[in-house]
Amino acid sequence: MHNASAHSMTQRSRGFFLRLFALTRKEVRQLLRDKSNLGVGLLLPVVLMLIFGYGLSLDVKNAPVAVVLEDSSSTAMEAVAGLSLSPYFSPQIVRSIQEAQTLMLAREVDAIVTIPSNYSSALADGDAQIQLIVHGAEASRASIILNYASAALMQQGVRSADRLGQNVGAGIGMVNVESRLWFNESNTSTWYLVPGLIVLIITLVGAFLTALVMAREWERGTFEALFVSPVKPVEILIAKIIPYFCVGIIGLAMCLVAARVLFAVPMVGSMPVLLFASVLYLLVALGIGLLISSLTRNQFLASQVSLIVSLLPVLMLSGFLFDLRNVPLVVNIIGHLFPATHYMILVKTLMLAGNVWPQIILECSILFAYMIVFIGLARLVTQKRLD
Amino acid sequence: MSDADEVVVGRGLTKRFFDKESGHTTTALKNIDFAVLRGSITALVGPDAAGKTTLMRLMAGLLRSDHGQLHVLGLDAKTHPQEIQDRISYMPQRFGLYEDLSVQENLDLYADLHGVGQQERKERYARLMEMTGLAEFTERPAGKLSGGMKQKLGLACTLVRSPQLLLLDEPTVGVDPLSRVELWQIVEQLRQDEQLTVIISTAYLDEAQRCAKVYVMHEGEVLAQGTPEQLSANAQGQCFSARTLDERPARTLQAQMIDEPSLIVDAVPQGGNVRFILNEAVSLESEAIQNILQGATVEPLTPRLEDGFMVLLRRRLQAEKKDMQAGIVAAASLGKTAGNATKKMQGDAHDTMIEVRDLVRKFGDFVAVNSTSFAVQRGEIFGLLGPNGAGKTTTFRMLCGLLPASSGFLQVAGVNLLTARAAARKKIGYVSQKFSLYGNLTVRENLEFFGGVYGLRGKQLKARIALVCEQFELQHLYKTPAGHLPGGFKQRLAMAVGVLHEPEILFLDEPTSGTDPLARREFWRRITALADIGVTIIITTHFLDEAEYCDRIVIQDAGELKALGTPREVWMQAGHGATSTLNMERAFIDIVNQARQQKQQALEEPRYA
Repeated sequence: MHNASAHSMTQRSRGFFLRLFALTRKEVRQLLRDKSNLGVGLLLPVVLMLIFGYGLSLDVKNAPVAVVLEDSSSTAMEAVAGLSLSPYFSPQIVRSIQEAQTLMLAREVDAIVTIPSNYSSALADGDAQIQLIVHGAEASRASIILNYASAALMQQGVRSADRLGQNVGAGIGMVNVESRLWFNESNTSTWYLVPGLIVLIITLVGAFLTALVMAREWERGTFEALFVSPVKPVEILIAKIIPYFCVGIIGLAMCLVAARVLFAVPMVGSMPVLLFASVLYLLVALGIGLLISSLTRNQFLASQVSLIVSLLPVLMLSGFLFDLRNVPLVVNIIGHLFPATHYMILVKTLMLAGNVWPQIILECSILFAYMIVFIGLARLVTQKRLD
Repeated sequence: MSDADEVVVGRGLTKRFFDKESGHTTTALKNIDFAVLRGSITALVGPDAAGKTTLMRLMAGLLRSDHGQLHVLGLDAKTHPQEIQDRISYMPQRFGLYEDLSVQENLDLYADLHGVGQQERKERYARLMEMTGLAEFTERPAGKLSGGMKQKLGLACTLVRSPQLLLLDEPTVGVDPLSRVELWQIVEQLRQDEQLTVIISTAYLDEAQRCAKVYVMHEGEVLAQGTPEQLSANAQGQCFSARTLDERPARTLQAQMIDEPSLIVDAVPQGGNVRFILNEAVSLESEAIQNILQGATVEPLTPRLEDGFMVLLRRRLQAEKKDMQAGIVAAASLGKTAGNATKKMQGDAHDTMIEVRDLVRKFGDFVAVNSTSFAVQRGEIFGLLGPNGAGKTTTFRMLCGLLPASSGFLQVAGVNLLTARAAARKKIGYVSQKFSLYGNLTVRENLEFFGGVYGLRGKQLKARIALVCEQFELQHLYKTPAGHLPGGFKQRLAMAVGVLHEPEILFLDEPTSGTDPLARREFWRRITALADIGVTIIITTHFLDEAEYCDRIVIQDAGELKALGTPREVWMQAGHGATSTLNMERAFIDIVNQARQQKQQALEEPRYA
């Protein structure tokens, strides 16, 4: 009796693995044959990495500036030199303010620096003025240019005045220049964009790609045939998770290599911990994707929903582009409802700050709970029933 | 007969569905009793929305009934669906194939899922390949198979092991007659060799004739059950064939008969004659009947299943005090009430409305339509027939100006519609397969919109809408959103939209698939009425018996025109005698087979040369 039940147990688990293998092989074949899937899973991460790494930088470098030089003294030339020596600007001397305005309107320059005709004499009196006009259409870029340019100009002014024997401004401008940024000392935006990119890509592979897979079977009517077989819902679910999990890991690996090799982002914290956290978040994302897919049963709807509930929050609410400490409390709380936010904190902390254990344990526990909830729900809604 | 012999037993099965969008609850099955014997083939027959698929899904454990008991293989379908699913095989309507996997991979998947051992698999595959003829296509992706081959692969996937019960849900929908015949041969062979129990649902009544037992379903209820003979017997002594004199086409006599519902239950053109069912209370010798027949020779016929079905349906509707033929009468009125506006169409009956010469359409390397030529005269009903993938729809779309031809000459109403101005396009009406209605607009809003598109305005538009609503019996549904109309009414509205602007040519793409025999009779009565007032009709269909309503037909296969002419001419082209009783399905199968054999020979010849 005992023997018989043990025998049927091994039979059962053998059946489980046979079916799981058959289903997984089917999923892998389908994944490999659908070019659009592979495109989103493997090509899009590369494209995103290149765009975010090289194309989209929040830094100001070589900003074109028009300089209206009304004073042609060497002191005034020195002030311009302060701009041209700075890596942030590429000044261009124009003859009149009208010409500068034309350039500004054509967006050929981002700022106009006017050095008045009395600049050198006024500097000698300790009351020099330089007019700085910045194009304000892009507010954050404008404020960076404003800060950098005034610093560069003041620095140069101080130096000139010093040489002229004046004690001007007592280094008021120096404070700004010397302000330091923690964790991103060089203030290169790629350092905090790349961790965000890792979150984005895992979300894309996990939630967006898998949101289509269940819906596709519902739409094409293939589930109907599959359901009337010894297959169990949990086998269908696991078979769908395995290949996309692998794609997600490949995406993660590509991001990590690019972070290190292309963008020289430091890895201050522990790599194994980062990998562990990434696996947790990938499973959360897969759970969300499968849940959406099973609920909508429609590929178009599923892709829309997954964009709204997973990708948009990564961009807008996870602290990827906007620091959650600077947003209203309500937005901050909403942001923390999304698993992506917690993973974002983990990635940034581990890459840029180091092993902050209390935080790591807290955020990993939260991700683990989300994983249980979403995969559990996905299992609950995957029933071998059509109504 | 003992209970052990009953593979499926259902008692008082009821299933309702709630539609979130409309807020309506529809009852798909109403208190159905159902039983299937071991080793037999049982058919579920009925039009769309009869409840066939719901019943299939209940048996497959994919749905749970709201009321009633259902036991499959002795297991309760409500509590033990998985155990049932371990033992049965089920082919859903769309075959359930993974289109991006190859034939072999699809088979392997199901063999793995059913835990078929390697040795058993070898034998089974060999047998399946022999039955289905798929052996040379094992590497081809399932999505690139023709409809008939998909159907066979779907069947093969359900048969990778020997199931205790095989459920086939409308396996023959959209499949050409050749493949239908082959499928039935396979099923019959399995029943004999393995004592397999098969339940098959179909909209084709002639298919059900082959089964041991038939359940005739209608609007969620079992209208009747029994052997095909028992069901046919309902029309015993009432079926006749009328052979008309040469100058009166069968279609005209059929129209006259069907317009007299108090005398005649049903009439269809068949084999060049008219097959009709006399009302029980009416004698063949009565004056009224003799007036209609006008000397046509009448012979008694053995009733078939469809005749039994029509008589049962008639009784049923009478019991419900519904007038079965009201629709037919309204349909017939289409010609009479058309009035002066349509007089212009009467023109010269020999006007060529459509001319096609050497028409070719390629998609990449694939030749969808190959050098096809034909001409259609004013007032003709012209049918395009062929299996799925034969090129019907492509030809059709080129005629309507929806698709440019790769080469060849094409003229519709004197112009090429693809490049023609709007004025020329007004001459045609188009009813697409999916009806192209706006689901969230009401019947009236749909008509107003499409009327506006075709340049109708103000009083003229109002008058036309009022008229077509009367002709298509849509008055009481004026304010119903098109999406909530039952299937038959959707088709009526689509047709009403198509004729609203009084086109000279009406294009209809598979308008009758999935509709019940009654709706089909109504539909064809409208078509013949339209043709009588000079409207040219181009229609595609895969119901071959419907070809007999057409003046002329073309048969296409694999993109090539295989036969062209009147139904009788096509019958003779198929190699049959001029006087033998014509059977369009037979003609179709013969012509396609002959053409395929010729092609095969042409391929082999160079080797002998």
